[in-house]
Amino acid sequence: MDEADIQIPLTPELAKRVMTTSPLGQDLGFKLLKLERARAVVGLDYQDKLVGNPLTRVVHGGVITALLDHAAAVAAVAALDAPTSIATLDMRIDYMRAAEPGRRIIGDATCFKLTRSIAFIRGTAYHDSAQNPIATVVCTYMLASDGGRKPGANLT
Amino acid sequence: MSGDSKIFSDLRLAGEATDIEALLAGIPYARHLGMEVERQGRELTFIMRFAPHLIGNPRLPALHGGVIGSFLETAAILGLIWDAPLQQLPKPVDIGIDFLRSGKPVDTFARAIISKRGRRVANVRAEAWQEEQGRPIASLHGHFLIMPDAQIPSPLVGEG
Repeated sequence: MDEADIQIPLTPELAKRVMTTSPLGQDLGFKLLKLERARAVVGLDYQDKLVGNPLTRVVHGGVITALLDHAAAVAAVAALDAPTSIATLDMRIDYMRAAEPGRRIIGDATCFKLTRSIAFIRGTAYHDSAQNPIATVVCTYMLASDGGRKPGANLT
Repeated sequence: MSGDSKIFSDLRLAGEATDIEALLAGIPYARHLGMEVERQGRELTFIMRFAPHLIGNPRLPALHGGVIGSFLETAAILGLIWDAPLQQLPKPVDIGIDFLRSGKPVDTFARAIISKRGRRVANVRAEAWQEEQGRPIASLHGHFLIMPDAQIPSPLVGEG
């Protein structure tokens, strides 16, 4: 993984763990490029296995979904004062243009509001600039989705 | 162009004549997700075989939300092709996904329903479940462009 530009003191370890322990993230090669308080920027390099249309070689829309979901989850974790588990409640994605074959895609997500139980996140997928988006996302995450139970607590 | 993509340039022959298995096998990302399809009469059921790389949260463990979204989106696209002939792969305009239950590390199934098929845009719903169809883990609704871009009349053309 590229060395990330991490600018927050409290949760980088946790956010990094979210990035590095996710099998899907490892499988697709998500790279944490930047981590700020409540914001995560994740990169994904073009690979043949991501193709959704063999004629145009454009990546599958679901790849963008996975990248934005991932960036949004890391942004939510990076907004928390204390670690807790999170789960996606819903997401809405607008696809504005096709990603260009061969190019790295950036998923850039910001958590702009936290309540006791919900994190609200917006994000954008782009190549060079968020001003020229491939897709945008709005999503919500449940916080403490394990009901405050520690992992394995039900096993003791 | 590799041989497996020929079917994609022949989508006008699609609809129920489609070799939906070959189409699915020709989409690299669908292959990577381990997607399969089963036919019962007119109905298509999509299957995503569990594999460890589909996990998002290894502690639970739970399938990655993006994987479930990708699976539902592919089911919607292939459901549209199966429903009636198209000249190209449908393009997603927007999708909304509700995550209803945590995705367990087992096989996942999906079905798509074409809610409305317009001339340019189709509205599709798709639902994913695991052990029990009555207990879905996620549902998708989306709009897909089903007409080649070149055929979409521009409001600026022909008004001179």
